[in-house]
Amino acid sequence: MSYQFDFAALLPYWPEFVRGLWLTLQLSAMATVLGFIVGTLCAIGRADGPPAVKWAVAAYVEVIRNTPLLVQIFLVYFGIATLGIRIGANTAAVAALVVNVGAYTCEIVRAGLESVHKAQLEAADCLGLSRVQTYWHVVLRPAVERVYPALTSQYVLLMLASSITSQISAEELTAVANRVQSDTFRSFETYIVVGLLYLLLSFVVRIAFWLVGLGVFVRRRKLGTAL
Amino acid sequence: MQSFGLAHVEFLAWAALWTVGLSAIAFVGGGLLGFAVALLRVSSNPAARVAAIVYIQIVQGTPLLILLFLIYFGVAVIGFTGVPAILAAGAGLTIYASGFLAEIWRGCIQSVPKTQWEAAECLALTRWQRMTRVILPQALRIATPPTVGFLVQIVKNTSLASVVGFVELAQAGKLINNSIFEPFTIFVTVAVFYFALCFPLSTWSRSLERTLNVSRR
Amino acid sequence: MSAVANPTRAAREDTPRSSQAGAPVVRLHDVHKSFGALKVLDGVSLDVGPGEIAAIIGQSGSGKSTALRCINALETIQQGTIHVCGHAIHDPGLDRRALRRDVGIVFQSYNLFPHLTAEQNIMLAPTCVKGMTKAQARDLARAVLSHVGLAEKAEHYPEQLSGGQQQRVAIARSLAMRPKLMLFDEVTSALDPQLTGEVLKVMENLAREGMTMILVTHEMAFARKVASKVVYMHRGRVWETGTGAMLDDPQTPELRAFIGNGL
Repeated sequence: MSYQFDFAALLPYWPEFVRGLWLTLQLSAMATVLGFIVGTLCAIGRADGPPAVKWAVAAYVEVIRNTPLLVQIFLVYFGIATLGIRIGANTAAVAALVVNVGAYTCEIVRAGLESVHKAQLEAADCLGLSRVQTYWHVVLRPAVERVYPALTSQYVLLMLASSITSQISAEELTAVANRVQSDTFRSFETYIVVGLLYLLLSFVVRIAFWLVGLGVFVRRRKLGTAL
Repeated sequence: MQSFGLAHVEFLAWAALWTVGLSAIAFVGGGLLGFAVALLRVSSNPAARVAAIVYIQIVQGTPLLILLFLIYFGVAVIGFTGVPAILAAGAGLTIYASGFLAEIWRGCIQSVPKTQWEAAECLALTRWQRMTRVILPQALRIATPPTVGFLVQIVKNTSLASVVGFVELAQAGKLINNSIFEPFTIFVTVAVFYFALCFPLSTWSRSLERTLNVSRR
Repeated sequence: MSAVANPTRAAREDTPRSSQAGAPVVRLHDVHKSFGALKVLDGVSLDVGPGEIAAIIGQSGSGKSTALRCINALETIQQGTIHVCGHAIHDPGLDRRALRRDVGIVFQSYNLFPHLTAEQNIMLAPTCVKGMTKAQARDLARAVLSHVGLAEKAEHYPEQLSGGQQQRVAIARSLAMRPKLMLFDEVTSALDPQLTGEVLKVMENLAREGMTMILVTHEMAFARKVASKVVYMHRGRVWETGTGAMLDDPQTPELRAFIGNGL
């Protein structure tokens, strides 16, 4: 093997990498928050909505889970353009990621909702809580607490999958890498560096979720139960 | 300019066959490699366990897109040029699948109750015999639904092989779009193809899971 | 103890008498309830007056738990009328929220909310339903917790408490709503004998303070000692009613057999 590694050639590009890293984090964070809201609403609709809503949510989840994110990104990007609305690649990227992760969140949260025992609902009803109050205090929190590890894994996957938005030229980390490697001809080195950056990011995201979990799920913290 | 027609659908159908082929390579390759990693992960040797954990963490912590680029450019670095796209894509997806399948199967192996290990040990079976005769047959049943479920992920992720120039469904869609630019129609059709491949697998996985849950009760 | 045979006390009373003065808190009249083809309540009539402690006993499947659940509108009935604290339970237009303010219920499986501490479990309904401030609700929670002897467990989560303690928290949670009527659905059935005692003691204290209570129970000794009215249900009917003394002098072969098996 006669290849000479040359990581020094990448050094001048470090501000680019930082900018890409930052955008990847921003895209993922926005998609996570919005996707969680969309997914949770869908899960509630799926569990307790009128038949039409149940059916629509089921169809949405099936379509998203059985088609590749890459194709979904193209469809959102070109689809919005077809409607005559001009949005940037980054906005389209977030929109596509939200549509995608919303479906997965829906399935995960639904499993959590189903794990809440009927007797809990009855107890809340007998204490005089309204349906909305019951959902908020008695169903949603324990449900999300139970599926929090699964949600964490899903959102780490989402962060990694945000790399695919480079295909519509969202300027995140992978797109930066693609540009840098074509500038420097140091492709292998570039992707090694970016691969390591993603590894780092995935650990950072995991730690962030762990910290959020500690803050939100007080019982887990107090009882020392693993999340 | 030509518009989207039957010829394009036919082209996509051929590309879908490549998607299936690539998925099969990734599943078989990833399955073999992943099984080995899973065994290392539950082995009694701490060094083997650590190695397996590191491998799984790296594969699961890196985007598949980056894995594909690394292999595509990596083989060139080692000195092979002009490696066929199917080999680069197959290798990338194999590594990706092995990292996830290893973790899925580790969970299944460890979900076989400890008492089964003890019972097998009391019958004086060797560690290998315990694994192959007692634990794996039970783990296999538990492993089937999530494995079929992961097959869906593999099929969907072959779409990323387009970045190393492999012409499968997604890349075929892009090629057609480059010539006639009807993105919405084209990618909806592409999505329909993927759905047709994945939905039966999803449904199968779910029904396997239901059967398993029923028999466990 | 006088055990004079009283023929009017015998089975299938169609016109139940209230044993105390004043309008009954609970009045069931000819209540019928089926689950599909299965007839669970077959013409149940029952009055419980203010301050009364009614113990419903009977084999499993006799309809006693269903009767209790019907009183709290957890089941809908097919025929008959139920009045509870002035609410017409059989009326489809029943104001459930208003009913919930008057009636508390305690379940066999406690049904505490696992993600909330004992105190938070108790505070939830007063803040949500009665609009209390957190501070008011916390004071109330501390008060009812010490009432059931668990003041020091306020910060504990359900899984940190024993079954008996969880059940006492569940009782406190209901008491915090200041109900006029308390229902107990086999509240000690899931407990070890030594934990049963602490829960029964709390209930006995409540009885002494004049709370109107209906309990479905397997604890014959407790029924005999505390209940002002014992109701024996069999095959979805009120088979025999009387005071605690009834258990020493069963009138029907069914009750005799039940007591023979149970004691």
